[in-house]
Parts: sequence; C-alpha cells; structure tokens
Amino acid sequence: MSRTQVTCTVNGDPAEFLCDADQSLLDALRDEMLLTGAKEGCGTGDCGACSILLDGRLTCSCLVFAPEAQGRDITTVEGLALGDHLHPLQQCFLEGAALQCGVCTPGFLIAAKALLDSNPEPTETEIRYALAGNLCRCTGYDKIVRAVESAAATLRETA
Amino acid sequence: MTTTEKKTSKQGSSKPASAKKSGVGAEPASARSAKGQYKYVGTRPVRPDGLDKVTGRARFAADLVLPGMLHGHVLRSPHAHARIVSIDTSAALAMPGVKAVVTRDDFPDAVPGNPVSDVACNLMARDRVRYEGQVVAAVAATTRRQARAAAAAIEVEYEVLPHVLTVDEAMAAGAPLLHEGMFTRGVEPAPTQPSNVAMRSYFEAGSLDTGFAAADVVVEREFTTKPVHQGYIEPHAVVADSTQEDRSVVWCSSQGHFRVQQQTAKMLGWEPSQIKVLPAEIGGGFGGKTTIYLEPLAVLLSRKANRPVKMVMTRDEVFRATGPTPGTRIKVKLGARRDGSLVAGKAWLAYENGAFGGFWAMLGAWCVFAPYRIPNYQIEAYDVVVNKPVNIAYRAPSAPMAAFATETVLDEIAVELGIDPIEIRLRNAIKEGDPTVLGPPCPRIGLEETLRAIRDCPQYRAPLGPNQGRGVATGYWFNIGEQSSATVHLNENGTAIVLTGSPDIGGSRASMALMAAEELGIDDERIKPGVADTDSVGYTDTTEGSRTTYATGWAVVEACRAMVVKLRERAAKMWGVDVAEVEWRDGAAHHTKGANDPLPLAKITAKAKSTGGPLAASASLNARGAGPGFSTQVFDLELDPETGLVKILRVTTAQDAGRAIHPSYVEGQMQGGVVQGIGWALNEEYIHNRKGVMENAGFLDYRIPVASDLPMIDTLIVEVPNPAHPYGVRGVGEVGIVPPIPAIANAIA
Repeated sequence: MSRTQVTCTVNGDPAEFLCDADQSLLDALRDEMLLTGAKEGCGTGDCGACSILLDGRLTCSCLVFAPEAQGRDITTVEGLALGDHLHPLQQCFLEGAALQCGVCTPGFLIAAKALLDSNPEPTETEIRYALAGNLCRCTGYDKIVRAVESAAATLRETA
Repeated sequence: MTTTEKKTSKQGSSKPASAKKSGVGAEPASARSAKGQYKYVGTRPVRPDGLDKVTGRARFAADLVLPGMLHGHVLRSPHAHARIVSIDTSAALAMPGVKAVVTRDDFPDAVPGNPVSDVACNLMARDRVRYEGQVVAAVAATTRRQARAAAAAIEVEYEVLPHVLTVDEAMAAGAPLLHEGMFTRGVEPAPTQPSNVAMRSYFEAGSLDTGFAAADVVVEREFTTKPVHQGYIEPHAVVADSTQEDRSVVWCSSQGHFRVQQQTAKMLGWEPSQIKVLPAEIGGGFGGKTTIYLEPLAVLLSRKANRPVKMVMTRDEVFRATGPTPGTRIKVKLGARRDGSLVAGKAWLAYENGAFGGFWAMLGAWCVFAPYRIPNYQIEAYDVVVNKPVNIAYRAPSAPMAAFATETVLDEIAVELGIDPIEIRLRNAIKEGDPTVLGPPCPRIGLEETLRAIRDCPQYRAPLGPNQGRGVATGYWFNIGEQSSATVHLNENGTAIVLTGSPDIGGSRASMALMAAEELGIDDERIKPGVADTDSVGYTDTTEGSRTTYATGWAVVEACRAMVVKLRERAAKMWGVDVAEVEWRDGAAHHTKGANDPLPLAKITAKAKSTGGPLAASASLNARGAGPGFSTQVFDLELDPETGLVKILRVTTAQDAGRAIHPSYVEGQMQGGVVQGIGWALNEEYIHNRKGVMENAGFLDYRIPVASDLPMIDTLIVEVPNPAHPYGVRGVGEVGIVPPIPAIANAIA
C-alpha cells in the first residue's frame, strides 16, 4: 500500500511524516515521529490518554486518521513546556502530587490546557466536566482538580 | 484502649490550600520545616520521577523501540469453553513479513494442577480453552497490521464444550467440569469425585449455637457481587530481545519484574539467569500486573525470529484476558446483645476464581470478620473455577466483597438496636492482643483511631437534605512484608543513588528517597532513587500487599545504616581516631571527643579513593510484622427517587498509615482506593452473555468513575506507628478500597 505524505506543525515546528491511509494520528505521532508522550489507553476515544490539541481543539488522537493532520497545528504534551520552563499546569501537577503512575498525565495536562485556554477562571464543577473525558485510575481526581485550580490561579496572576 | 500515639492531619475539601505561585503543596527541602522528630520523613517534596511524567518523557514499555524490532499479536479463543482439535499456522507463516508463530507445541508440557502450570496454560492454551480470550497462538511480523492479519489467518478447529459462568452454576450437581483432575483441597477426607471447587477453607472459634442463643438480635443476609477489573490505564506491554545466544532481555510493565523473570523461566524451562527483566515505568497495576501474560510469548517469538519483539495489548484484550477480581456469593449472619456487642458470626463465601484455581475465597475468609471481636464464629469459604478470565489480585483482594456483607449486616443490627454505627464498631473493634482468625494475636493497630477520627470529623454531623443518606463502614487488610533488597551508592560529590527491586506504582521512589535522606542526613534532592533490573539488585518480591514502603523502605533504611557504619569508619581513618569515637548525625561525622570539626558526608566521599575506595552498601531482608491496615469512611449521597441515580456528595476517609513518609502520596492512595470502591459499588461489572462472551470489554461500556462523577475526597491520616518498622510505617496502598461498597450501601439503605 502506498503511504501518504503529511506536512503539519507539531509543537511549533514544521513536521513531515509518511503514514498509512487508515493509520491513527496517535500511531503516527508515536511510531513515525517518536513522540511517545501521548498514550494509547483504549484506542476508542474513551480514556483521553492520547489527548492532543488539533488546531487548538482538544482531540483524541486515536480517533483521527493521520492523513487528516495535513496542514494542521498539533500540540502534544512534549510541547507544553517552554524550554526549561514548565507550563504552570505541569508545575502544579508536580507540586500538588496530582499524578501517581503518570500514564494518564499527558492527556490530563492537554485537556486542562484546553480548558484554561478558553476559561481562565473555571469553577470546580467546570474543571470536573472539562476533564470528564480523561480517565485516571490512581488518584481519584482530587489532586488533579486542585492542581488545575492552582494552575489557573497562577496563569491569572501572570497574565 | 491501647496506649498509642495518635496524630491526625487533615486536608480540607472546599478549596485549594492556596493559589500562590509556589503551588499547592510541595516545597524544596531547604524550605521544609521539621515535623516532629524527623527532618525529611513526613514532608512533601516533588516526586523524583515527576518531571519525566509531566513532560511526556517517562518511558513506559509500549514507548520502547529497538532496532529490527518486530510486532507481536495474539490469537485468542472466541469460546468460553472448547477443546482445541487442531491448529494450522501454515497460512499465517506464508504471509509476507511474518517471522514467527508460537503455539502450545512450542512450550514445555504443563502439569495439571501445578500453580506454575496453571499460569502457563492461562497464557498459552494446551488441550482446551477455558474462557473467551484465552491465548491460542501468537505471531510476530514486521508491522502490527501484518501481525494482526497473520493471527487472523491461523486456523483453529474447536469442539465447543458446555460452560459455567457463576459459582452457583459451577457448584451445581452435574455441572460441566473445567478440570477433570480438580479434587477440592481442604476437605477431609479428600473427595473421590472431581468438581469445580478448587479449595475449601474453614475457620471456627467457640460455639455458634451458644453464641446465637445469647444474641438479642440476629440478622442474616445474602450478597452477590460481579467481577470488576483493576482498570489500569496502561495496557500490558512488553519488549523482548532474545537475540543473544543464551539470554533474553525483557522490558515490561509489571508490579514485579523478579516474578516475571522467575515465572517466565519456569514456563519456558529456562534458568532464571537466562532472563534479565528491566522494569519500565508502570501505568497502574492495582494487583493486575502481579502475574505474567505476554512475556513468555514475546521471549519465544523473539527467539524464533531472532529479532526483538514488542507486544502491546488492546483494551479489549485487557478486559477479556487479564485479571478481574472475583464475582462472589456471600452469606453473613451476625448475632449481638442489646448493648451492641457481637456474640456470634457465621459466614459462607463462594468466590469465582476464573478458569484456574486460586485462593481468593480463602482471603475473603481471613477478612470477613477480621475487624471485630466475635467470640463464636464459623467461616466456610469456597474457591470455585468458572469459564471466565483467571482472577488476579485487585487492591486488598477479596476484602471488599467480604466487608460488603459484614459491614451492612452490622449496620442493620445497629439500626435495630438504635446504636450509632460508629459506636457499634468501637464496641466490637479488635484490640492489641485479641485473637485473630490467622492465629497470632492482634498487633498494635489503628482501628479505633480511624473510627474516632470519622466520628469527630465535620462531615459526620453535617445536616442532610431530602433524599440524602449517610453511611459508614470500616475496612481491614492484613498487609504483607516479604523479601526486599536495596543498594546505596555514594558519589564523589556526596550525592547518593538508592536502588531497589520494587517497581514504583504509587510514588514509592519518593518515599525511598525520604527515608534515605533521614538516615544519611542529606537532602532528599541529593538522592536519586531508582528501580533496578533483575541483574542489578538483590531479589525483591512483587509490589503487592501494600508492602513496598514498608518492606523495601526497611531495606533502604538498613542499607543506609550499613553505609553510615562505613562513613564513620572513613571519618575515623581521616582523623586517625578510633571509630568508636565517631558518631553520625545531621549528615556528618562527629568526633565525640571534640578534637576534630565535623566531617559532612560530601567531605568523606571526596576522599573515598584514598580512604578505602568507593562507598556502596546493600541490604536484603524478609520483612515480618507488616501489621494490618484499617480504613473507616463516611459517605454522604443523594438518591434520585425517579431514576435511581446515586450522586456522591461528600466522602471523608480516615486511614492508619503508621507513619506517613510522604503524606501527599498516602492521601493519593486513600483517595484512589475510595474512588475505585465507588466505581465498584455504582458503575462497574463484567457482563457476560449466555455464550460466555464478555459484552462490555471497553471503557465506554465498562464505565470507571470520571472526574464529574465525584466530589473531593477528604483524607484524615491517622498515625499509630507500627512497632515493627524503623519509622513505624504501615502499608497504605490497599485498604482504602474496602469500605466504599458497604458504606454506600449503608447510606442508601
């Protein structure tokens, strides 16, 4: 089967990869570009571990065909930090012990970023619903929600 | 009560502690204040593996790529029970890119009834398949797509057999047998006919007749529960490289890489030393990654293909073929006097084991009455095989179902007698020195302290609205110690490497660093904790039974203490004094006769070459005295009378940690356990159709709790130090999952 060439932007950098027509964007990110931060927890869009921003919109990369990324702008967890400076979400997850095994963490960080990009002062309920597409089996979500609240406050202070 | 030191710390529920830029909890070592007698233990630093996990750099098994690597895929049984008539792999092997196929013919013979053989048969069926999803063959090919296609091209002829799906079906007279050679263990005289009952366990004390005759109130109820899955977000994954002539190197997601080594070797008929296992970061386990599934398949495929092989399960495979916790049927009868004191208890427990015999009902028997003093009791438990995936541990395995029965019956007695539910539990709580079902007298425990912590918490007295209810329950888990090893190396600049053999599933590296910091007297930021492979550290049992911070932490303490002996010797040498004149405190050697200025650790390591060479120390131990853990929880919930929807409004959980080494991760264990229990109580169950095929093998239909289902989970850490451990640690990983099911039931009742 001939492969499709895709040109896009990944974490701010121009990127090119070859993919199969029915390959998921998650597989292309992980296997073709070796960006393994996004995880496959289910492959059916139910767990959110593969969350990315596609043109700024929260997306399960396992539900997108890789060729659909043509010309699009992709942000993965690897693109959250600016050089050595962690994103406030990353910092607050660390300081708030908002991760245990860490396999869902990249997806939560991306989903939380999508929320805070559009709603800088979310309520606890808004945070809980914004993260409802992301499964975490370790934490019970308590410290994750607190970390997002804390990061929102930090972002508001520095805005 | 016993004279115990009691402290509680609290985390509020309504809002984050602060919205300061400095964050929500962690502080650098320099800014942390000493807590009680310790400088590092009990503080909340950022976890050592955290940065890699928030940046996507942490390497899980599925992230690994090796040169020349192939992809493996498994063919699984579509039938709940069938004889395998034939397997034809010729079409698959002829497909482009297919490099190896393994079937039952590639594995040594399995001896029926031998536990290792049961594991072996579970992950590669021999004469028959005993559940939908059991492995029949595995393929390695150059791409995942090709491996999947080749697996589908393997032709298997089955002769379908009748199946059983519940303990009732399996125990019925004339039920189809899963194993013709299964004769119930634990029955005297030994049965002459095979059955689906793998084992009977029996415990008794006093006289049931006398006990129930003395009771003013007797309540008997029956309970059924369905299998539920551990639900870790990371599917099982392995990369095996068997291209060396006499060795295989395995990277995998496991709670116990030494067990992977040993079980894989036994299954293949290899020596353990022929298999080196490197622990990848593990994306959750909760007991479900305490056995092997893919590893021997990948090792053998790699050997046959002479190239590395990666295998990753899909979520569908995880549900169908890996470990749920048993479905059960349990009857509990309790008798109490008018004052609430229990006088008699009778329990009958039957636990599904899945397709091969286990000991899950036995564990249920150990736990069912464990929190209470009951002078007269009888406990009878049956481990039963059914045509479902083989059950494996899930967080305090078997305890939640047993507690569901006892805690709800006890609540009913409390209501009947008009006694507060906490008071009736306090009246019957076991105390230090009381006899236990397992034999040895009860050690120092924190049960009453958790009960009082809940009784005194604000939630217990908060007003309830219409259609709202409140329920409490207590949970018990026995915890284990077992074998652990640790190694400490000091670098020339005074930093330290602390290696253990315990995969870190909940933050244990942070705890290891804190205990090492306390012992050596250097900042935990100067300590790099790691999980070493099977070649690089002494044998260590699996991360299970809430044992790691307890047992492996103890090994770290002992290794550090051995290191301190060496540091004192080196200082004595540098000073030219007798080592008896050197003592170690605050990270420095002190000359007790005062003639020399203290020598900080880094000044000793800087001179290590000239004072005797590198500084390394190890310790290995078999930790006894883990001591049981207790959790008491209160749930407030609201029931929609029209839809039956239950909304959890508030939860407070109080748990005895002995000593919380890193309180944030103790809270994390408590909160995670509570929420898993909520899922079990309200949402989760395996649904099998009449053909024995699982109908909800995905996260859409098997619904684990999400953030919007839940409130904050308030935690009260109770610290009743465990006298057996250098820092008083008690395992905290599991018991939190025990109370939610009965507490929610009690709130609804």
